[in-house]
Amino acid sequence: MNQPSLSSGSRNVQMARSMCWHCQSEVAGEYFCERCVKVQPVSKETDYFTCLGLPRRLTIDPALLEAKYYERSRAFHPDFYLNKTEAEQAISLDNAATLNTAYRTLRDPVQRAEYLLDLEAGSAKTIRTSPPADLFEEILDLQDTLDAYRAGDHSSETGRQLRARLEAERGALERRQAEMEDELQKLFVEWDALQDRGEADDPSRMERDRLLRRIREILSNRTYVKNIVNDLVETIG
Amino acid sequence: MARIVGIDLGTTNSLVAYMDKGVPRVIPGADGRPMVPSVVAMTDHGLLVGDEAKEHLLRSPDRTVYSIKRFMGKGLADVQSELAYFPYTLTEQGGVIRITLNGKTYSPPQISAMILKELKQRAEAYLEEEITKAVITVPAYFNDSQRQATKDAGLIAGLEVLRIINEPTAASLAYGLQEKTQGTIAVYDFGGGTFDISILKLKQGIFEVLATNGDTHLGGDDIDRRIADLLLDEIRSAYGLDLGPSPDYMQVLRLEAERAKIRLSDELKTLLTVELPDGRGRFTRELTRDQLESLVADLIERTLAPCRSALKDAGLTPQQIDEVVLVGGSTRMPLVRRRVQELFGKQPHCHLNPDEVVALGAAVQADILSGGTTDMLLLDVTPLSLGIETMGGVMSCLIPRNTTIPANAKEMFTTYVDGQTGVDIHILQGERELAKDNRSLARFRLKVPPLPAGVPRIEVTFLIDANGILHVTAKDMRTGRQQSIEVKPSYGLSETEVERMIEESFKFAKEDVASRKLIEARLDAGSLLAATEKSLSEGGHLVPDDVRTAVRAAVSALASAKEGDDVRTIRTRMAELEQTAKPLSVALMDDSLKRGLEGKKLSDVT
Repeated sequence: MNQPSLSSGSRNVQMARSMCWHCQSEVAGEYFCERCVKVQPVSKETDYFTCLGLPRRLTIDPALLEAKYYERSRAFHPDFYLNKTEAEQAISLDNAATLNTAYRTLRDPVQRAEYLLDLEAGSAKTIRTSPPADLFEEILDLQDTLDAYRAGDHSSETGRQLRARLEAERGALERRQAEMEDELQKLFVEWDALQDRGEADDPSRMERDRLLRRIREILSNRTYVKNIVNDLVETIG
Repeated sequence: MARIVGIDLGTTNSLVAYMDKGVPRVIPGADGRPMVPSVVAMTDHGLLVGDEAKEHLLRSPDRTVYSIKRFMGKGLADVQSELAYFPYTLTEQGGVIRITLNGKTYSPPQISAMILKELKQRAEAYLEEEITKAVITVPAYFNDSQRQATKDAGLIAGLEVLRIINEPTAASLAYGLQEKTQGTIAVYDFGGGTFDISILKLKQGIFEVLATNGDTHLGGDDIDRRIADLLLDEIRSAYGLDLGPSPDYMQVLRLEAERAKIRLSDELKTLLTVELPDGRGRFTRELTRDQLESLVADLIERTLAPCRSALKDAGLTPQQIDEVVLVGGSTRMPLVRRRVQELFGKQPHCHLNPDEVVALGAAVQADILSGGTTDMLLLDVTPLSLGIETMGGVMSCLIPRNTTIPANAKEMFTTYVDGQTGVDIHILQGERELAKDNRSLARFRLKVPPLPAGVPRIEVTFLIDANGILHVTAKDMRTGRQQSIEVKPSYGLSETEVERMIEESFKFAKEDVASRKLIEARLDAGSLLAATEKSLSEGGHLVPDDVRTAVRAAVSALASAKEGDDVRTIRTRMAELEQTAKPLSVALMDDSLKRGLEGKKLSDVT
């Protein structure tokens, strides 16, 4: 799955030809057989972008995503298969479940990015999930302050000082969160632009790897910071 | 396709509805009213359901079951705190509550099936066709066991349950059909025993549930109990009389409380009256709406936390809700309307009959399933997270709450010990970290071929279908073979038990039909006997003696047949009597004709 040719034109990928389970005629990615009109199972190899009929991009128009989801729900939902055979009902159930998972994953930009990273995997896969190096010391300190504040008397002078420090830290972390979101958005746009160009030369490959690594790094840091901020919010309100 | 009806199987009242040329309509009973009280009475003269059974709540409380929905899919420990309000004997068997009435034991699905059968017969009489398929509604916050129990009830009643649909979403279908609204709506459904909140997006015929929340043990029943408890306390201190241990009087208090509550939705004050036992006189008390409101304020407050959670899960603020729809009888309380209005910052929509809208929505869904309505589609969610117990008694989530259904999750299992032949899996539902704090749904043992540790790879698929009911399948990835698994429900009837109950129910149905035929034959015989006696006294002198004697013999033959219980003999004797008495009726007719003509000219009658 690491060949640029595949990711450049997602339309090619799902065109894998297969046979209709019912009449054995050839079907090519459509969800109803052209000859016998039976519903076709969404292949296990089909990724969520393909499942929703969208190119493999990090920026997706929510309205388009929703429209595609509704359209396919009307095609697959078990409500419309009650008069059909048991085999068709089973396919409709599986397809609808897959479609729902696909929509749920792609609807959220972060989940979408994480899913795409898994699909594109390659060299970016080896990125560590340990805490961000530059944040490590800072966060250890913060954890200590949090513990001290939780254990101590909140109304004492020390308690007030600790609280003030925590509030300042929280502000700093929230700013950092915002910065990360901004950078992520920029990276998404860069990635999509690179995909749109669809070039398979060495510089593009290197640029592609750089973007994936950086996105993965930010996503990992983002989760880390989010957890700390949640802790802070819980403690100091 | 055969007709599918929509059924609202409520805690307090149940209704059945159907789709009439694109318009959902509730089906009235013989009395013209569509609501069937969800009450079942086992009297000495047989089974009663609905209004007739409700009369027995006071007469024979130990044999009259109400609010059975509270027991669906539950074990005895789940309802321990409210046993005092139920005057019949409750036990538990195989994780399912059993109710003993008149010496016979029933499971909650069997009792619910009696209500469903009544609705089925109602629909059959009204639509003049056999009804075998239905959509049945449940509270959105019902867990897997409670949904399965409802499905079982349908099966026992002889109904194929084509879909279990959530009450608030059913209401939204009826609302959407009528109002043709687009946008975000919140359905606040406060019924007799349960509370649900669902937030939906309505767009181009798609009804997408964004989030749902609720409390399956909070409803009008709890409000009635507050008032009843108040009366109980006051009677105790005023008369030194404890009515608590008396099931009959607890029912009296409960019903008086319910009536007062209903009146206080329109009036500012009302009078409660209780006739005390042993000629101790009558207890009366005025209750104002203000007093009621402070008495139950915390109960209404308890509905607001689920509303806030649902909004949060949907990622919306109250201001982003375009319309709030009220469903369920308890939303008639002015306090409920006020609190809802305060929370969402807008006047709730209450143009739909809150008692009927759920059944109407079920009929719409039935029409979608039968292919009648094709432009509407409901995309509902699972209300509770589904997971399995992992090392250390922690729940590992597989399908989070508010996931659109159908939904599935695949999990790979392997072994930790060489030659291990099984893996035990415990399925849970709920939002808590620890397995023990969540609802246990079922357990099963995965069979594994004896191989070195870590070599077997069994893929288990957990699928929540469009009814919100879980299905589990397993596949050995090495052989590619599907494995059948026997899932043992923690709080449900086994398949064999349901089958036995269906059989029993058919047997009863036959007995029911037989006894109904006997009763009808006896009634017919009674009226024939009375008519014959009348004819004999009015026209006996008009026929010869031998005819009179023969008629008298036939009368006594029918009278003794009527005492027996053979329908065929009764019908035969009736035919014989009619035959024998023919000369008598002919004579009577001639006589009256003759008398009618007396004093009239021939030209007047031709």
